[in-house]
Amino acid sequence: MSTTSLDNPPRDVGAAAPAPGRRRRAKPGTWRHAIRRDWQLYSLAILPLLFFAIFRYLPMLGNVIAFRKFEPGGSIFGESWVGLRYVKMFLNDPSFWTVFTNTLVLGALTLLFCFPLPIVLALLLNEVRNRRVKRFLQSVSYLPHFLSMVIVAGIVMQMLAIDGPVNQIVKVFGGEPTAFLQKPEWFRTIFVSSEVWQTVGWGTILYLAALTTIDEQLYEAARMDGAGRWRQIWHVTLPGIRPTAITLLILNIGTFMAVGFEKVLLLYNPLTYPTADVISTYLYRMGVESSNLSYAAAIGLFEALVGVVLILSANLISRRTVGTSLW
Amino acid sequence: MTFEKTRGYRAFQVVNAVILTGVVVVTLYPFLNILARSFSEERYIVGGQVNLIPRGFNITTYKLVVSDSMFWTNYGNTIVYTVVATAIAMLLTTCYAYVLSKKHLKGRTFLIWVAVFTMIFSGGLIPNYVLVNGLGLTNSIWAIVLPNAISVFNLLVMKAFFEGLPQELEEAAAIDGLNTYGVLWRVVLPLSKAVIATMVLFYAVSFWNSWFTAFLYLNKTDMFPVTIYLRNLIAGATGAESAGASLSEASAAAANIQSVTIMLTVLPILAVYPFVQRYFVSGVMLGAVKG
Repeated sequence: MSTTSLDNPPRDVGAAAPAPGRRRRAKPGTWRHAIRRDWQLYSLAILPLLFFAIFRYLPMLGNVIAFRKFEPGGSIFGESWVGLRYVKMFLNDPSFWTVFTNTLVLGALTLLFCFPLPIVLALLLNEVRNRRVKRFLQSVSYLPHFLSMVIVAGIVMQMLAIDGPVNQIVKVFGGEPTAFLQKPEWFRTIFVSSEVWQTVGWGTILYLAALTTIDEQLYEAARMDGAGRWRQIWHVTLPGIRPTAITLLILNIGTFMAVGFEKVLLLYNPLTYPTADVISTYLYRMGVESSNLSYAAAIGLFEALVGVVLILSANLISRRTVGTSLW
Repeated sequence: MTFEKTRGYRAFQVVNAVILTGVVVVTLYPFLNILARSFSEERYIVGGQVNLIPRGFNITTYKLVVSDSMFWTNYGNTIVYTVVATAIAMLLTTCYAYVLSKKHLKGRTFLIWVAVFTMIFSGGLIPNYVLVNGLGLTNSIWAIVLPNAISVFNLLVMKAFFEGLPQELEEAAAIDGLNTYGVLWRVVLPLSKAVIATMVLFYAVSFWNSWFTAFLYLNKTDMFPVTIYLRNLIAGATGAESAGASLSEASAAAANIQSVTIMLTVLPILAVYPFVQRYFVSGVMLGAVKG
């Protein structure tokens, strides 16, 4: 066996070793060297990079149509500059402020319920001693997560139909059957409760994982100090899952503005627009249905901006106060 | 452990059992109710008399939906879209994840950021819509399978898995004369069956369930996936083609047809769910480890 093959790892997978047996070798650490050594690896990245360039980064640039007039069939970047015209337009649009408020309210309610409930459920599941029972409970609670939004919407409609189970219960208590989905005052309740139904079980996965990593000795020590069940939860369990909770909280805040676009689109109707219409559904109607693409893009950009500000501030606040952050 | 025997703890266990039973009931009831409705006679549904047990048991509505040729066309479309989209997604994701898993690669950090950045920022609905239209993908399968070909989350899961593989095996294979493609195809992939299966599941379920891209970009009925068929049924835009002769009859049957279509659409997922669920769970855990 020659010394070269021993001392030099093979070209394709080796670390920073120079290519063996080449007359004109490039200096290690330069791009020429890296490409000569790893060109096959780079070639594997070409198609995925094309995907990202076309379907992810091009649309980001495409947002300039918010400031340019878009003509149907024309360039995806629009035809001529119109400055802040579309921004001014939506700031003066009364329906914009309705949907803006609705977005904030639905987002806040979703966060208020969908963030803490998985923690509670995870704590309860964690107390189940029988492993089989525990696994069954988990399987059942994950199930709604695997359904298409269309199916969830269908189930919600069937449950709330005039002759559906919810109205049967209403009747038992002597109430009048209500067409819940036609009533603006019910939309928020319906949206949030179906969201909880769909996400709470799945949300427990990471917390249950975090719970298993808590050191048993901490509980032991707490017990020695005379801590009861509740104090153990308060002083050991909750601090143990805090990093997970904060990471998920920041991520939730990041998607605050995009609240349940698909579900709202499937569940709302003109009767419930006063409480149900959110920014994303409004821009869908403005853009796709009414073809005011530049106007809708301006609204979308605004929505994204608010989202970015929210996630950056959440990250900053949590880094300053509890020392955990996404970056 | 003495506290486990205290009265307070026992009381807690009872309360806990009650709450968790409640969770199970609330989660499962809607499924069982719709299952019961799908086998019931319309008059009992309209009368609000169907709970967990079908009343006036019959499979007429199943026959009705199954005899609607559009239902089968759309069901077939869903299968085709799911298979093609999953194949493309797996190809792109595997290649990129493998590249990203090579720690010595120059420019690796940049390549990772190209992907991760799109998790935080996205172009938004309208620019995407304009782009897909501009590329002329509307009313073709490409509008469904291309724009979501890589899920960054799945990409990071796969990358983490590849990073955990023993480097020595790949080096040995390279010494034996395999080039990078050979190493990936003949050494790495056979070792990665678990993660590949998980990723195929992740993608397949998401494509099976997706409806919005089809809703946006397809407007030919015979190209719809079954989710759009169901959505139109729910929105009242169309009934199952043969949904009864008279209008009143059709509206009475609507709830029944919806239940049946929901059951048929969800069936494949319910059928594989018990077997695949744990893969999903481990995949999510792996994805939670920051890349």
